[in-house]
Amino acid sequence: MRAILFLVRKEFLQIFRDKLIGKAIFAVPVVQMLILVPAVTFEIKSSEICVIDIDKTSESRGLLGQLEGSTFFKIPYMASSEKEANDLLHEDKCDLILQIPSGFGKDLGLGRPARVMVSVNAINAMTAQLSWAYLNGVLRDYNRNIVTDKVGLIPVSQIQITNRYWYNETLNYNYFMLPGILGILVVAIAFLLAGLNLVKEKEMGTIEQINVTPVRKYQFILAKMIPFLIIGLVDLAIGLAIGKVTFHIPFEGSLLLMFLGAAIFMVAALGLALFISSFSGTQQQFMFVAFFFLIIFILMSGIFTPIESMPAWAQKIDLANPVVYLMRINRMVMLKGSTFSDLSREIYSLVGIAVVFTVFAVIRYRKTA
Amino acid sequence: MKRFLGFVRKEFLHIFRDFRTLIILFGLPAVMIVIFGYVVSTDLKNADIAFLDLSKDDITIDLSDRICSSGFFSRTDHLSRYDDIDRILKKGKAKAVVIFGEHFGRNLISRGEANVSIIADGSEPNTATLVVNYITAIISDFNRECAGEIITEAPVITAEVRMFYNPALQSQYMFVPGVITMIMILICALMTSITLTREKEFGTMEVLLVSPLKPAQIILGKVTPYFFLSFINVNLIIFLSWLIFKLPVKGSFFLLLAESMLYILLSLSLGILISSISKTMQQAIFASLLGLMLPTVLLSGFIFPIENMPEIYNWISAILPPRYFIVIIKNIMIKGTGFGFVSKETLILTGMTFLCLAAAIRSFKIRLQ
Repeated sequence: MRAILFLVRKEFLQIFRDKLIGKAIFAVPVVQMLILVPAVTFEIKSSEICVIDIDKTSESRGLLGQLEGSTFFKIPYMASSEKEANDLLHEDKCDLILQIPSGFGKDLGLGRPARVMVSVNAINAMTAQLSWAYLNGVLRDYNRNIVTDKVGLIPVSQIQITNRYWYNETLNYNYFMLPGILGILVVAIAFLLAGLNLVKEKEMGTIEQINVTPVRKYQFILAKMIPFLIIGLVDLAIGLAIGKVTFHIPFEGSLLLMFLGAAIFMVAALGLALFISSFSGTQQQFMFVAFFFLIIFILMSGIFTPIESMPAWAQKIDLANPVVYLMRINRMVMLKGSTFSDLSREIYSLVGIAVVFTVFAVIRYRKTA
Repeated sequence: MKRFLGFVRKEFLHIFRDFRTLIILFGLPAVMIVIFGYVVSTDLKNADIAFLDLSKDDITIDLSDRICSSGFFSRTDHLSRYDDIDRILKKGKAKAVVIFGEHFGRNLISRGEANVSIIADGSEPNTATLVVNYITAIISDFNRECAGEIITEAPVITAEVRMFYNPALQSQYMFVPGVITMIMILICALMTSITLTREKEFGTMEVLLVSPLKPAQIILGKVTPYFFLSFINVNLIIFLSWLIFKLPVKGSFFLLLAESMLYILLSLSLGILISSISKTMQQAIFASLLGLMLPTVLLSGFIFPIENMPEIYNWISAILPPRYFIVIIKNIMIKGTGFGFVSKETLILTGMTFLCLAAAIRSFKIRLQ
């Protein structure tokens, strides 16, 4: 036990001897929270339409008025020809083109169906679908107004729908992303630092000096894990404090449970990092293998997109992805106040992954070169 | 010149000796393309829905069957009490609960109205919005069917929509440019800065500096192999995305390659700059990952559109090279525009390259302490 304590002390000294890294460890969570959380959003706030109004009647102006009345659409450009509008779309000056052909007002006046043409910049498929859906909604409203004027009141639909969003009534996107970003932060710091640290000893040859001491394998691995576990948890606390102060994110559940989840997760991540580092001779090598895993873990973790939308094979792979469980625990504890029994499956899975990775790391570490 | 070539050859040998890194270097883009293409998706699929049906009559059973057979939802549970809602949402077993009140069918027939409530889990805002919208649409369809003959009036305005650039609304159009940008930062900036600081940390830089090679030749020789590697990688990514997703290069292929070379140069000079300010490999790794990689992934508009972010991010991302490069690739690859449409971005990138190169040369120290 004493041996481990001394080794841990040595690790801390070594980590903080590098002034830049020492500062980065604590500055990174602050910067990440403040800069990334508000930026990472799929919420579309507005869409810019370029209108070609060839018709220029009171009906077409009425439609434009309806568009301008919606908070979502802005009409910064009125084009007179299709080419002019297409150029604007080409240059990314507008997201949509709405073309009202001549005869639009006349057709409506006569009660005949009228046509409009819409072109959407669809490079970003999701944004395109959403803005088209919104525009369609505006058209439908306009339609309904005309029908009401002409035919009279349409009978109200029979089933009324009310909906509520629990845990996040206003659907604030920051509440969703903050626990996720916190997770990434913990992964990145713990995973990279720990692995690099071990490989550095190899690359510099200092590991030989430890190998010739009576320090046991498990003691060495534990002493490598503990400092980064502590650093990761401190970082998590800093990140949480910033989230609380800056974004007023609610914290419904138990702080203890969240830290427990993070701690188990970090053992898993550190175990994997040390395991990978046992295969790498240089920091560059480790960097690349670690980055490879990190990218896959994070992209597949459900931090940006729901796991249910992934294909079945990907969901199977995800069973072994520790970041998935961390994301779920962070979000559910913070926003919903889920308890240990709600999260037992996640926590036990994490424990399993942590044990496997750590055992691998201890087995793979050889005292003889 | 001969000396220089010999030096470049030595650097190539260094890289090829490390077979594992090389595999990852070319495997990572392939894996990322597959993940982004098949795994990461924002569509709603198989979202778990629970029902709290207090009346259990023909109509509610019909409605819940309609919801579940729509393909977007799968039924997880039938709840019997209001308290169960919180329980099931906290476990994360359902994304939403649909509630039919007592005497639903009877109310609908006798009074002509009945109420459905949807309670969605707002801790995942995107999914919650989609779930509510889809269920609402299904119930509205039901309403319309019941209303039947009363409204046969065809919609007055019909809109004809064209999805520009991406008619099939493939999400790949958005991320392939991002993957190219990311890989280049990885190879050029990260690897270059690591190899250069490695020489410093090991003291071998001193050996190089006292050799007849000029400092400029040393740096040039160090970055030349990475220039070629990333150039091959760009071609590989374009080829793979054509092979797997049939993503075309609509514009000039040569222009695309020329712009890529410009961006590679810029990333390389960023790598040199990072290496000259960091003393150890760990510092270089942290600076490249946190200073270049994270902003590239999250702030350059590759996953999250910049328009959705708060205004200030428009300014922050203005100093990020990937932002311009992504615009350039999108224009050339997807929109098929010529040089005229990307001249402004090209100019900015060229300016940045000169600036970084100048800064890198200035801060490169010929003598070690």
